[in-house]
Amino acid sequence: MAPHCVRYPPRGRVSILGRTGDTDMVERRPALTVLTHLVLILGVLIVAFPVYVTVVASTHTAQAIVQAPMPLVPGDQMLQNYMAVLVGTDAGAGSAAPVGRMMFVSLVSALTIALGKITISLLSAFAIVYFRFPFRNFFFWAIFVTLMLPVEVRIGPTYEVVSDLGMLNSYAGLTVPLIASATATFLFRQFFLTVPDELAEAARIDGAGPMRFFWDVLLPLSRTSIAALFVIQFIYGWNQYLWPLLVTTQENMYPVVMGIKRMIAGGDAANDWNLIMATAMLAMLPPAFVVLLMQKWFVKGLVETEK
Amino acid sequence: MEKRVRFRSTWLPWALLAPQLAVIGVFFFWPAGQALLQSVQIQDAFGATREFVGLDNFRQLFADQTYIDSFKTTAIFSVLVAGFGISIALVLAVFADRVLRGSAVYKTLLVWPYAVAPAVAGVLWLFMFAPSIGIVPYALRLIGYEWNHLLNADHAMALIVMAAVWKQISYNFLFFLAGLQGIPKSLIEAAAIDGAGPWRRFWTIVFPLLSPVTFFLLVINIVYAFFETFAIIDASTQGGPGKETAILVYRVYYDGFKGLDLGSSAAQSVVLMAIVIALTVVQFRYIEKKVQY
Repeated sequence: MAPHCVRYPPRGRVSILGRTGDTDMVERRPALTVLTHLVLILGVLIVAFPVYVTVVASTHTAQAIVQAPMPLVPGDQMLQNYMAVLVGTDAGAGSAAPVGRMMFVSLVSALTIALGKITISLLSAFAIVYFRFPFRNFFFWAIFVTLMLPVEVRIGPTYEVVSDLGMLNSYAGLTVPLIASATATFLFRQFFLTVPDELAEAARIDGAGPMRFFWDVLLPLSRTSIAALFVIQFIYGWNQYLWPLLVTTQENMYPVVMGIKRMIAGGDAANDWNLIMATAMLAMLPPAFVVLLMQKWFVKGLVETEK
Repeated sequence: MEKRVRFRSTWLPWALLAPQLAVIGVFFFWPAGQALLQSVQIQDAFGATREFVGLDNFRQLFADQTYIDSFKTTAIFSVLVAGFGISIALVLAVFADRVLRGSAVYKTLLVWPYAVAPAVAGVLWLFMFAPSIGIVPYALRLIGYEWNHLLNADHAMALIVMAAVWKQISYNFLFFLAGLQGIPKSLIEAAAIDGAGPWRRFWTIVFPLLSPVTFFLLVINIVYAFFETFAIIDASTQGGPGKETAILVYRVYYDGFKGLDLGSSAAQSVVLMAIVIALTVVQFRYIEKKVQY
Protein backbone atom coordinates (compact mmCIF):
# COMPACT_ATOMS: atom_id res chain seq x y z
CA MET A 1 0.00 0.00 0.00
CA ALA A 2 1.23 3.47 -0.83
CA PRO A 3 2.66 5.39 2.10
CA HIS A 4 0.09 8.12 1.91
CA CYS A 5 -3.04 6.04 1.98
CA VAL A 6 -4.94 7.38 4.93
CA ARG A 7 -6.70 4.66 6.80
CA TYR A 8 -9.45 5.45 9.16
CA PRO A 9 -9.59 4.36 11.87
CA PRO A 10 -5.85 3.77 12.17
CA ARG A 11 -4.97 0.12 11.94
CA GLY A 12 -4.87 -1.65 15.28
CA ARG A 13 -1.69 -1.11 17.13
CA VAL A 14 -0.62 -3.70 19.59
CA SER A 15 1.76 -2.25 22.05
CA ILE A 16 3.81 -4.57 24.14
CA LEU A 17 3.79 -2.04 26.93
CA GLY A 18 0.03 -1.88 27.00
CA ARG A 19 -2.50 0.61 25.85
CA THR A 20 -3.69 3.14 28.36
CA GLY A 21 -6.41 5.70 28.56
CA ASP A 22 -7.75 7.01 25.33
CA THR A 23 -4.46 7.78 23.70
CA ASP A 24 -2.33 5.35 21.85
CA MET A 25 1.14 5.26 23.23
CA VAL A 26 3.96 2.99 23.92
CA GLU A 27 4.19 3.92 27.55
CA ARG A 28 2.16 5.54 30.33
CA ARG A 29 2.55 9.30 30.34
CA PRO A 30 -0.62 10.87 31.71
CA ALA A 31 0.86 14.37 31.53
CA LEU A 32 1.57 13.94 27.84
CA THR A 33 -1.98 12.70 27.27
CA VAL A 34 -3.38 15.83 28.88
CA LEU A 35 -1.02 17.96 26.80
CA THR A 36 -2.10 16.11 23.65
CA HIS A 37 -5.75 16.98 24.16
CA LEU A 38 -4.93 20.54 25.21
CA VAL A 39 -2.90 21.18 22.05
CA LEU A 40 -5.54 19.63 19.81
CA ILE A 41 -8.41 21.51 21.44
CA LEU A 42 -6.44 24.75 21.20
CA GLY A 43 -5.76 24.00 17.52
CA VAL A 44 -9.43 23.29 16.82
CA LEU A 45 -10.48 26.50 18.61
CA ILE A 46 -7.99 28.70 16.74
CA VAL A 47 -8.99 27.13 13.42
CA ALA A 48 -12.68 27.64 14.22
CA PHE A 49 -12.44 31.16 15.65
CA PRO A 50 -12.63 33.10 12.36
CA VAL A 51 -15.77 31.19 11.42
CA TYR A 52 -17.30 31.72 14.85
CA VAL A 53 -16.77 35.47 14.48
CA THR A 54 -18.37 35.24 11.04
CA VAL A 55 -21.43 33.42 12.37
CA VAL A 56 -21.85 35.95 15.17
CA ALA A 57 -21.42 38.93 12.84
CA SER A 58 -24.01 37.53 10.46
CA THR A 59 -26.67 37.57 13.20
CA HIS A 60 -26.40 41.23 14.26
CA THR A 61 -27.29 44.57 12.76
CA ALA A 62 -24.59 46.52 10.92
CA GLN A 63 -24.62 49.13 13.71
CA ALA A 64 -23.98 46.54 16.43
CA ILE A 65 -20.89 45.28 14.63
CA VAL A 66 -19.16 48.57 13.98
CA GLN A 67 -19.21 49.50 17.67
CA ALA A 68 -15.92 48.09 18.93
CA PRO A 69 -15.85 45.62 20.49
CA MET A 70 -18.33 43.77 18.36
CA PRO A 71 -20.61 41.37 20.25
CA LEU A 72 -19.24 37.88 20.74
CA VAL A 73 -22.54 36.07 21.17
CA PRO A 74 -25.05 35.55 18.37
CA GLY A 75 -27.74 38.20 17.95
CA ASP A 76 -31.33 37.98 16.72
CA GLN A 77 -30.97 39.34 13.20
CA MET A 78 -30.04 36.07 11.56
CA LEU A 79 -33.20 35.55 9.53
CA GLN A 80 -33.36 39.17 8.37
CA ASN A 81 -29.69 39.24 7.31
CA TYR A 82 -29.75 35.98 5.38
CA MET A 83 -33.04 36.82 3.69
CA ALA A 84 -31.70 40.26 2.78
CA VAL A 85 -28.55 38.95 1.10
CA LEU A 86 -30.30 36.10 -0.70
CA VAL A 87 -32.72 38.43 -2.49
CA GLY A 88 -30.38 41.43 -2.67
CA THR A 89 -30.39 44.75 -0.89
CA ASP A 90 -30.14 48.34 -1.95
CA ALA A 91 -28.14 49.38 1.06
CA GLY A 92 -24.42 49.42 1.66
CA ALA A 93 -21.43 50.88 -0.11
CA GLY A 94 -20.58 48.01 -2.40
CA SER A 95 -22.43 45.68 -4.73
CA ALA A 96 -25.86 44.58 -3.53
CA ALA A 97 -26.72 41.92 -6.09
CA PRO A 98 -28.83 39.00 -4.87
CA VAL A 99 -26.61 36.29 -3.40
CA GLY A 100 -29.21 33.65 -4.26
CA ARG A 101 -28.43 34.22 -7.91
CA MET A 102 -24.67 34.12 -7.21
CA MET A 103 -25.03 30.80 -5.39
CA PHE A 104 -26.83 29.44 -8.44
CA VAL A 105 -24.06 30.65 -10.78
CA SER A 106 -21.45 29.09 -8.47
CA LEU A 107 -23.33 25.80 -8.30
CA VAL A 108 -23.75 25.53 -12.07
CA SER A 109 -20.09 26.47 -12.66
CA ALA A 110 -18.71 24.13 -10.00
CA LEU A 111 -20.78 21.18 -11.23
CA THR A 112 -19.88 21.86 -14.87
CA ILE A 113 -16.18 22.15 -14.04
CA ALA A 114 -16.13 19.00 -11.87
CA LEU A 115 -18.19 16.83 -14.22
CA GLY A 116 -16.50 18.28 -17.32
CA LYS A 117 -13.02 17.56 -15.98
CA ILE A 118 -13.99 14.02 -15.04
CA THR A 119 -15.67 13.32 -18.40
CA ILE A 120 -12.96 14.59 -20.72
CA SER A 121 -10.23 13.03 -18.58
CA LEU A 122 -11.93 9.61 -18.55
CA LEU A 123 -12.25 9.74 -22.35
CA SER A 124 -8.65 10.85 -22.91
CA ALA A 125 -7.26 8.25 -20.52
CA PHE A 126 -9.34 5.54 -22.21
CA ALA A 127 -8.01 6.55 -25.63
CA ILE A 128 -4.41 6.66 -24.43
CA VAL A 129 -4.48 3.33 -22.59
CA TYR A 130 -6.69 1.16 -24.81
CA PHE A 131 -5.74 2.27 -28.34
CA ARG A 132 -2.59 2.47 -30.36
CA PHE A 133 -2.46 5.42 -32.73
CA PRO A 134 0.08 7.93 -34.06
CA PHE A 135 1.29 10.65 -31.64
CA ARG A 136 -0.23 8.83 -28.66
CA ASN A 137 2.67 9.62 -26.36
CA PHE A 138 2.94 13.13 -27.69
CA PHE A 139 -0.68 13.81 -26.74
CA PHE A 140 -0.22 12.32 -23.32
CA TRP A 141 2.72 14.61 -22.64
CA ALA A 142 0.88 17.60 -24.12
CA ILE A 143 -1.90 17.04 -21.58
CA PHE A 144 0.65 16.50 -18.84
CA VAL A 145 2.53 19.72 -19.58
CA THR A 146 -0.58 21.81 -18.88
CA LEU A 147 0.25 21.22 -15.20
CA MET A 148 2.95 23.81 -15.73
CA LEU A 149 0.60 26.39 -17.22
CA PRO A 150 -1.74 27.48 -14.44
CA VAL A 151 -4.11 30.29 -15.35
CA GLU A 152 -1.97 32.77 -13.41
CA VAL A 153 0.93 32.53 -15.84
CA ARG A 154 -1.09 33.09 -19.01
CA ILE A 155 -3.87 35.33 -17.76
CA GLY A 156 -3.65 38.13 -20.34
CA PRO A 157 -3.64 36.02 -23.54
CA THR A 158 -6.22 33.56 -22.17
CA TYR A 159 -8.53 36.46 -21.45
CA GLU A 160 -8.05 37.66 -25.04
CA VAL A 161 -8.99 34.25 -26.43
CA VAL A 162 -12.14 34.05 -24.32
CA SER A 163 -13.09 37.58 -25.24
CA ASP A 164 -12.48 36.94 -28.98
CA LEU A 165 -14.69 33.87 -28.78
CA GLY A 166 -17.47 35.99 -27.27
CA MET A 167 -17.48 33.91 -24.07
CA LEU A 168 -17.32 36.78 -21.54
CA ASN A 169 -20.18 36.79 -19.02
CA SER A 170 -21.29 33.28 -19.92
CA TYR A 171 -21.22 29.89 -18.23
CA ALA A 172 -19.03 28.65 -21.09
CA GLY A 173 -16.48 31.38 -20.34
CA LEU A 174 -16.57 30.60 -16.62
CA THR A 175 -16.08 26.85 -17.06
CA VAL A 176 -14.70 25.59 -20.40
CA PRO A 177 -11.19 27.09 -20.05
CA LEU A 178 -10.89 25.36 -16.66
CA ILE A 179 -12.01 21.84 -17.55
CA ALA A 180 -8.76 20.49 -18.98
CA SER A 181 -7.16 18.35 -16.32
CA ALA A 182 -3.72 16.82 -16.37
CA THR A 183 -4.07 15.40 -12.87
CA ALA A 184 -7.41 13.69 -13.57
CA THR A 185 -6.17 12.27 -16.89
CA PHE A 186 -3.04 10.98 -15.20
CA LEU A 187 -5.03 9.47 -12.34
CA PHE A 188 -7.45 7.61 -14.65
CA ARG A 189 -4.57 6.45 -16.86
CA GLN A 190 -2.81 4.97 -13.84
CA PHE A 191 -6.01 3.31 -12.75
CA PHE A 192 -6.84 1.86 -16.18
CA LEU A 193 -3.34 0.38 -16.38
CA THR A 194 -4.11 -1.69 -13.27
CA VAL A 195 -7.35 -3.09 -14.73
CA PRO A 196 -6.66 -6.74 -15.71
CA ASP A 197 -6.22 -7.29 -19.46
CA GLU A 198 -8.51 -10.31 -19.23
CA LEU A 199 -11.50 -8.02 -18.83
CA ALA A 200 -10.89 -6.28 -22.15
CA GLU A 201 -10.13 -9.63 -23.76
CA ALA A 202 -13.35 -11.17 -22.49
CA ALA A 203 -15.30 -8.14 -23.68
CA ARG A 204 -13.76 -8.46 -27.11
CA ILE A 205 -14.50 -12.17 -27.35
CA ASP A 206 -18.08 -11.49 -26.34
CA GLY A 207 -18.27 -9.03 -29.23
CA ALA A 208 -18.51 -5.87 -27.14
CA GLY A 209 -17.15 -2.77 -28.84
CA PRO A 210 -14.76 -0.37 -27.11
CA MET A 211 -17.48 2.05 -25.98
CA ARG A 212 -19.56 -0.79 -24.58
CA PHE A 213 -16.50 -1.96 -22.62
CA PHE A 214 -15.85 1.59 -21.43
CA TRP A 215 -19.42 2.09 -20.30
CA ASP A 216 -20.15 -1.35 -18.79
CA VAL A 217 -16.78 -2.34 -17.38
CA LEU A 218 -14.36 0.56 -16.91
CA LEU A 219 -16.81 3.15 -15.64
CA PRO A 220 -18.26 0.98 -12.84
CA LEU A 221 -14.72 0.01 -11.80
CA SER A 222 -13.70 3.69 -11.63
CA ARG A 223 -16.54 4.69 -9.27
CA THR A 224 -14.42 5.45 -6.21
CA SER A 225 -11.82 7.42 -8.18
CA ILE A 226 -14.62 9.40 -9.78
CA ALA A 227 -16.20 10.18 -6.41
CA ALA A 228 -12.85 11.23 -4.96
CA LEU A 229 -12.07 13.49 -7.89
CA PHE A 230 -15.55 14.95 -7.87
CA VAL A 231 -15.14 16.23 -4.30
CA ILE A 232 -11.79 17.86 -5.04
CA GLN A 233 -12.87 19.36 -8.35
CA PHE A 234 -16.21 20.62 -7.03
CA ILE A 235 -14.35 22.56 -4.33
CA TYR A 236 -11.85 23.77 -6.93
CA GLY A 237 -14.69 24.98 -9.16
CA TRP A 238 -16.70 26.59 -6.37
CA ASN A 239 -13.67 28.45 -5.01
CA GLN A 240 -12.51 29.99 -8.30
CA TYR A 241 -11.78 33.68 -7.95
CA LEU A 242 -9.20 35.08 -10.37
CA TRP A 243 -10.82 33.60 -13.48
CA PRO A 244 -14.39 34.86 -12.78
CA LEU A 245 -12.85 38.22 -11.88
CA LEU A 246 -11.53 38.46 -15.45
CA VAL A 247 -14.40 37.02 -17.48
CA THR A 248 -17.46 38.41 -15.70
CA THR A 249 -18.45 42.05 -15.65
CA GLN A 250 -22.20 41.64 -15.11
CA GLU A 251 -23.57 41.13 -11.62
CA ASN A 252 -25.90 38.36 -12.77
CA MET A 253 -22.91 36.22 -13.74
CA TYR A 254 -20.86 36.71 -10.55
CA PRO A 255 -20.09 33.53 -8.64
CA VAL A 256 -20.58 34.06 -4.89
CA VAL A 257 -16.87 33.82 -3.97
CA MET A 258 -16.15 36.74 -6.23
CA GLY A 259 -19.38 38.61 -5.49
CA ILE A 260 -18.52 38.79 -1.81
CA LYS A 261 -15.38 40.76 -2.60
CA ARG A 262 -17.45 43.22 -4.62
CA MET A 263 -19.56 43.90 -1.52
CA ILE A 264 -16.55 45.37 0.26
CA ALA A 265 -16.17 48.84 -1.07
CA GLY A 266 -15.85 51.49 1.57
CA GLY A 267 -13.67 51.80 4.66
CA ASP A 268 -14.04 49.60 7.71
CA ALA A 269 -17.25 51.07 9.03
CA ALA A 270 -18.93 51.92 5.72
CA ASN A 271 -19.56 48.29 4.83
CA ASP A 272 -22.58 46.27 5.88
CA TRP A 273 -20.42 43.69 7.59
CA ASN A 274 -23.41 41.74 8.85
CA LEU A 275 -24.52 41.14 5.27
CA ILE A 276 -20.99 40.49 4.01
CA MET A 277 -20.47 37.90 6.74
CA ALA A 278 -23.83 36.27 5.99
CA THR A 279 -22.69 36.01 2.37
CA ALA A 280 -19.36 34.56 3.52
CA MET A 281 -21.27 31.88 5.44
CA LEU A 282 -23.37 31.08 2.38
CA ALA A 283 -20.22 30.90 0.23
CA MET A 284 -18.52 28.52 2.69
CA LEU A 285 -21.40 26.16 3.37
CA PRO A 286 -21.68 24.15 0.13
CA PRO A 287 -18.00 23.15 -0.18
CA ALA A 288 -17.69 22.57 3.59
CA PHE A 289 -20.78 20.39 3.40
CA VAL A 290 -19.26 18.38 0.56
CA VAL A 291 -16.02 17.88 2.50
CA LEU A 292 -17.78 16.80 5.69
CA LEU A 293 -20.32 14.51 4.01
CA MET A 294 -17.82 12.93 1.65
CA GLN A 295 -14.79 13.01 3.95
CA LYS A 296 -13.61 9.55 2.92
CA TRP A 297 -13.56 10.41 -0.77
CA PHE A 298 -12.21 13.86 -0.02
CA VAL A 299 -9.12 12.44 1.68
CA LYS A 300 -8.71 9.83 -1.04
CA GLY A 301 -9.03 12.50 -3.72
CA LEU A 302 -6.51 14.81 -2.07
CA VAL A 303 -3.95 12.08 -1.65
CA GLU A 304 -4.43 10.59 -5.11
CA THR A 305 -4.39 13.79 -7.11
CA GLU A 306 -0.96 14.58 -5.71
CA LYS A 307 0.64 11.30 -6.74
CA MET B 1 3.59 -0.14 -18.62
CA GLU B 2 1.53 -1.02 -21.67
CA LYS B 3 -1.66 -2.91 -22.29
CA ARG B 4 -1.44 -6.19 -24.19
CA VAL B 5 -5.07 -6.06 -25.20
CA ARG B 6 -6.16 -3.10 -27.27
CA PHE B 7 -9.14 -2.08 -29.30
CA ARG B 8 -8.81 -1.33 -32.98
CA SER B 9 -10.30 1.76 -34.51
CA THR B 10 -8.83 4.42 -36.74
CA TRP B 11 -11.07 7.26 -35.69
CA LEU B 12 -12.36 6.49 -32.19
CA PRO B 13 -9.21 7.38 -30.17
CA TRP B 14 -9.06 10.75 -31.93
CA ALA B 15 -12.70 11.43 -31.15
CA LEU B 16 -12.15 10.49 -27.52
CA LEU B 17 -9.16 12.80 -27.21
CA ALA B 18 -10.72 15.66 -29.16
CA PRO B 19 -12.47 17.50 -26.28
CA GLN B 20 -9.39 17.57 -24.04
CA LEU B 21 -7.09 18.51 -26.92
CA ALA B 22 -9.42 21.29 -28.04
CA VAL B 23 -9.48 22.80 -24.55
CA ILE B 24 -5.74 22.62 -23.96
CA GLY B 25 -4.99 23.83 -27.47
CA VAL B 26 -7.28 26.84 -27.38
CA PHE B 27 -6.98 27.84 -23.72
CA PHE B 28 -3.51 26.64 -22.72
CA PHE B 29 -1.01 26.35 -25.55
CA TRP B 30 -2.25 29.16 -27.76
CA PRO B 31 -2.30 31.71 -24.88
CA ALA B 32 1.04 30.45 -23.55
CA GLY B 33 2.50 30.93 -27.04
CA GLN B 34 0.96 34.39 -27.18
CA ALA B 35 2.53 35.24 -23.83
CA LEU B 36 5.93 34.17 -25.16
CA LEU B 37 5.39 36.22 -28.32
CA GLN B 38 4.11 39.32 -26.53
CA SER B 39 7.01 39.20 -24.10
CA VAL B 40 9.37 40.11 -26.95
CA GLN B 41 7.07 42.73 -28.48
CA ILE B 42 5.87 46.21 -27.68
CA GLN B 43 2.24 46.89 -28.36
CA ASP B 44 0.46 50.22 -28.27
CA ALA B 45 -2.55 50.60 -26.01
CA PHE B 46 -5.06 49.89 -28.79
CA GLY B 47 -3.29 46.80 -30.09
CA ALA B 48 -2.92 48.40 -33.53
CA THR B 49 0.84 48.09 -33.94
CA ARG B 50 3.33 45.57 -32.66
CA GLU B 51 7.05 45.86 -32.77
CA PHE B 52 9.68 43.24 -32.08
CA VAL B 53 11.95 44.45 -29.30
CA GLY B 54 13.90 41.34 -28.35
CA LEU B 55 14.54 41.04 -24.63
CA ASP B 56 13.82 44.70 -23.87
CA ASN B 57 10.72 43.87 -21.83
CA PHE B 58 12.75 41.55 -19.62
CA ARG B 59 15.57 44.07 -19.29
CA GLN B 60 13.09 46.75 -18.24
CA LEU B 61 11.40 44.36 -15.87
CA PHE B 62 14.55 43.44 -14.00
CA ALA B 63 15.75 47.06 -14.01
CA ASP B 64 12.51 47.96 -12.22
CA GLN B 65 13.23 48.09 -8.51
CA THR B 66 9.56 47.51 -7.65
CA TYR B 67 9.64 44.20 -9.56
CA ILE B 68 12.74 43.09 -7.66
CA ASP B 69 10.94 44.10 -4.47
CA SER B 70 7.96 42.02 -5.55
CA PHE B 71 10.30 39.04 -5.88
CA LYS B 72 11.52 39.63 -2.34
CA THR B 73 7.96 40.01 -1.08
CA THR B 74 7.00 36.73 -2.72
CA ALA B 75 10.05 34.97 -1.26
CA ILE B 76 9.38 36.24 2.27
CA PHE B 77 5.69 35.43 1.97
CA SER B 78 6.25 31.85 0.73
CA VAL B 79 8.89 31.10 3.35
CA LEU B 80 6.57 32.33 6.11
CA VAL B 81 3.52 30.49 4.75
CA ALA B 82 5.40 27.23 4.16
CA GLY B 83 7.29 27.48 7.48
CA PHE B 84 4.31 28.22 9.71
CA GLY B 85 1.89 26.06 7.72
CA ILE B 86 4.12 23.01 7.88
CA SER B 87 5.24 23.35 11.50
CA ILE B 88 1.78 24.00 12.94
CA ALA B 89 0.30 21.13 10.91
CA LEU B 90 3.10 18.81 12.01
CA VAL B 91 2.53 19.58 15.70
CA LEU B 92 -1.22 18.98 15.34
CA ALA B 93 -0.70 15.77 13.33
CA VAL B 94 1.81 14.35 15.81
CA PHE B 95 -0.61 14.91 18.68
CA ALA B 96 -3.63 13.69 16.68
CA ASP B 97 -1.69 10.53 15.85
CA ARG B 98 -1.32 9.84 19.60
CA VAL B 99 -5.06 9.97 20.19
CA LEU B 100 -6.78 6.64 19.76
CA ARG B 101 -10.35 7.43 20.67
CA GLY B 102 -11.85 10.63 19.35
CA SER B 103 -9.16 11.22 16.77
CA ALA B 104 -11.75 11.14 13.98
CA VAL B 105 -13.48 14.07 15.70
CA TYR B 106 -10.28 16.10 15.85
CA LYS B 107 -9.57 15.25 12.25
CA THR B 108 -13.01 16.37 11.08
CA LEU B 109 -12.69 19.59 13.07
CA LEU B 110 -9.30 20.34 11.53
CA VAL B 111 -9.82 19.48 7.84
CA TRP B 112 -12.76 21.67 6.85
CA PRO B 113 -10.84 24.94 6.21
CA TYR B 114 -9.60 23.24 3.04
CA ALA B 115 -13.08 23.83 1.66
CA VAL B 116 -13.01 27.58 2.32
CA ALA B 117 -12.28 29.66 -0.78
CA PRO B 118 -9.06 31.69 -0.52
CA ALA B 119 -11.05 34.85 -1.26
CA VAL B 120 -13.46 34.09 1.61
CA ALA B 121 -10.50 33.34 3.91
CA GLY B 122 -9.14 36.77 3.01
CA VAL B 123 -12.45 38.43 3.84
CA LEU B 124 -12.77 36.59 7.17
CA TRP B 125 -9.32 37.60 8.35
CA LEU B 126 -9.76 41.13 7.02
CA PHE B 127 -12.91 41.46 9.11
CA MET B 128 -11.27 40.13 12.27
CA PHE B 129 -8.31 42.49 11.83
CA ALA B 130 -10.06 45.57 10.42
CA PRO B 131 -8.27 48.39 12.29
CA SER B 132 -11.28 50.36 13.54
CA ILE B 133 -13.95 47.67 13.99
CA GLY B 134 -12.07 44.35 14.14
CA ILE B 135 -12.17 42.22 17.25
CA VAL B 136 -8.42 41.48 17.28
CA PRO B 137 -7.19 45.10 16.94
CA TYR B 138 -9.60 45.92 19.78
CA ALA B 139 -8.06 43.22 21.97
CA LEU B 140 -4.56 44.34 20.99
CA ARG B 141 -5.39 47.94 21.88
CA LEU B 142 -6.36 46.78 25.36
CA ILE B 143 -2.82 45.52 25.86
CA GLY B 144 -1.40 48.68 24.32
CA TYR B 145 -0.58 47.51 20.79
CA GLU B 146 -1.80 49.51 17.82
CA TRP B 147 -2.68 47.30 14.81
CA ASN B 148 -3.15 48.90 11.43
CA HIS B 149 -2.41 46.90 8.32
CA LEU B 150 -3.57 49.82 6.17
CA LEU B 151 -0.50 51.79 7.28
CA ASN B 152 1.97 49.22 8.53
CA ALA B 153 3.52 46.93 5.91
CA ASP B 154 4.56 44.30 8.45
CA HIS B 155 1.01 44.10 9.75
CA ALA B 156 -0.28 43.69 6.19
CA MET B 157 2.20 40.87 5.56
CA ALA B 158 1.26 39.24 8.88
CA LEU B 159 -2.42 39.41 7.91
CA ILE B 160 -2.03 37.63 4.57
CA VAL B 161 0.35 35.06 6.06
CA MET B 162 -2.18 34.22 8.80
CA ALA B 163 -5.03 33.87 6.31
CA ALA B 164 -2.94 31.76 3.92
CA VAL B 165 -1.60 29.50 6.70
CA TRP B 166 -5.06 29.06 8.21
CA LYS B 167 -6.37 27.79 4.90
CA GLN B 168 -3.44 25.49 4.20
CA ILE B 169 -3.05 23.80 7.61
CA SER B 170 -5.73 21.21 6.95
CA TYR B 171 -4.03 20.01 3.78
CA ASN B 172 -0.62 19.67 5.46
CA PHE B 173 -2.25 18.05 8.48
CA LEU B 174 -3.85 15.27 6.41
CA PHE B 175 -0.59 14.41 4.67
CA PHE B 176 1.40 14.39 7.91
CA LEU B 177 -1.21 12.23 9.62
CA ALA B 178 -1.10 9.75 6.73
CA GLY B 179 2.70 9.76 6.90
CA LEU B 180 2.69 9.19 10.65
CA GLN B 181 0.31 6.28 10.35
CA GLY B 182 2.67 4.70 7.85
CA ILE B 183 5.53 4.56 10.36
CA PRO B 184 5.86 1.05 11.81
CA LYS B 185 4.98 1.05 15.50
CA SER B 186 7.67 -1.54 16.18
CA LEU B 187 10.37 1.09 15.55
CA ILE B 188 8.87 3.43 18.13
CA GLU B 189 8.44 0.63 20.64
CA ALA B 190 12.00 -0.57 20.17
CA ALA B 191 13.24 2.93 20.89
CA ALA B 192 10.97 3.17 23.94
CA ILE B 193 12.39 -0.09 25.31
CA ASP B 194 15.86 1.31 24.82
CA GLY B 195 14.80 4.19 27.05
CA ALA B 196 14.22 6.99 24.53
CA GLY B 197 11.54 9.44 25.66
CA PRO B 198 8.84 10.89 23.37
CA TRP B 199 10.90 13.98 22.53
CA ARG B 200 13.98 11.95 21.59
CA ARG B 201 11.90 9.41 19.65
CA PHE B 202 10.30 12.18 17.64
CA TRP B 203 13.58 13.76 16.54
CA THR B 204 15.55 10.57 15.95
CA ILE B 205 12.89 8.32 14.39
CA VAL B 206 9.62 10.00 13.48
CA PHE B 207 10.92 13.24 11.99
CA PRO B 208 13.55 11.61 9.73
CA LEU B 209 10.99 9.07 8.49
CA LEU B 210 8.59 11.90 7.72
CA SER B 211 11.16 13.78 5.66
CA PRO B 212 9.75 12.67 2.29
CA VAL B 213 6.32 13.98 3.29
CA THR B 214 7.83 17.19 4.66
CA PHE B 215 9.78 17.81 1.47
CA PHE B 216 6.73 17.10 -0.67
CA LEU B 217 4.67 19.53 1.43
CA LEU B 218 7.42 22.14 1.20
CA VAL B 219 7.15 22.15 -2.60
CA ILE B 220 3.35 22.10 -2.54
CA ASN B 221 3.20 24.95 0.00
CA ILE B 222 5.59 27.09 -2.02
CA VAL B 223 3.49 26.52 -5.15
CA TYR B 224 0.43 27.41 -3.08
CA ALA B 225 1.99 30.61 -1.73
CA PHE B 226 3.21 31.63 -5.19
CA PHE B 227 0.11 30.95 -7.24
CA GLU B 228 -2.98 30.23 -5.19
CA THR B 229 -2.95 33.10 -2.73
CA PHE B 230 -3.88 35.77 -5.24
CA ALA B 231 -7.46 35.73 -3.99
CA ILE B 232 -6.43 36.09 -0.34
CA ILE B 233 -4.36 39.17 -1.15
CA ASP B 234 -6.89 40.72 -3.50
CA ALA B 235 -9.64 40.29 -0.92
CA SER B 236 -7.68 41.59 2.06
CA THR B 237 -4.73 43.94 1.48
CA GLN B 238 -4.88 44.38 -2.33
CA GLY B 239 -1.12 44.45 -2.39
CA GLY B 240 -1.01 47.35 0.06
CA PRO B 241 -0.36 49.43 2.07
CA GLY B 242 1.92 50.56 -0.81
CA LYS B 243 3.10 47.57 -2.79
CA GLU B 244 4.46 45.68 0.19
CA THR B 245 2.16 42.67 -0.17
CA ALA B 246 2.02 42.62 -3.98
CA ILE B 247 3.39 39.16 -4.78
CA LEU B 248 4.41 38.27 -8.36
CA VAL B 249 1.02 36.87 -9.38
CA TYR B 250 -0.70 39.96 -8.03
CA ARG B 251 1.61 42.13 -10.13
CA VAL B 252 0.93 40.20 -13.36
CA TYR B 253 -2.76 40.81 -12.84
CA TYR B 254 -2.33 44.40 -11.79
CA ASP B 255 0.09 45.44 -14.56
CA GLY B 256 -1.88 43.58 -17.24
CA PHE B 257 -5.44 44.45 -16.31
CA LYS B 258 -5.19 47.69 -14.33
CA GLY B 259 -1.99 49.13 -15.79
CA LEU B 260 -2.60 47.74 -19.32
CA ASP B 261 1.14 47.26 -19.82
CA LEU B 262 0.86 44.14 -21.98
CA GLY B 263 4.54 43.73 -22.83
CA SER B 264 5.59 43.85 -19.20
CA SER B 265 2.71 41.63 -18.13
CA ALA B 266 3.64 39.05 -20.78
CA ALA B 267 7.31 39.14 -19.72
CA GLN B 268 6.18 38.59 -16.11
CA SER B 269 4.06 35.65 -17.29
CA VAL B 270 7.12 34.10 -18.90
CA VAL B 271 9.15 34.56 -15.69
CA LEU B 272 6.33 32.88 -13.73
CA MET B 273 6.19 30.02 -16.26
CA ALA B 274 9.89 29.41 -15.68
CA ILE B 275 9.26 29.29 -11.92
CA VAL B 276 6.37 26.83 -12.26
CA ILE B 277 8.40 24.59 -14.56
CA ALA B 278 11.29 24.58 -12.10
CA LEU B 279 8.99 23.76 -9.17
CA THR B 280 7.21 21.02 -11.13
CA VAL B 281 10.51 19.40 -12.10
CA VAL B 282 11.64 19.41 -8.45
CA GLN B 283 8.31 17.90 -7.42
CA PHE B 284 8.42 15.08 -9.97
CA ARG B 285 12.05 14.20 -9.44
CA TYR B 286 11.14 13.78 -5.82
CA ILE B 287 8.05 11.67 -6.47
CA GLU B 288 10.19 8.90 -7.95
CA LYS B 289 12.03 8.62 -4.65
CA LYS B 290 8.93 9.07 -2.52
CA VAL B 291 8.33 5.49 -1.47
CA GLN B 292 10.87 5.05 1.24
CA TYR B 293 9.25 3.10 3.99
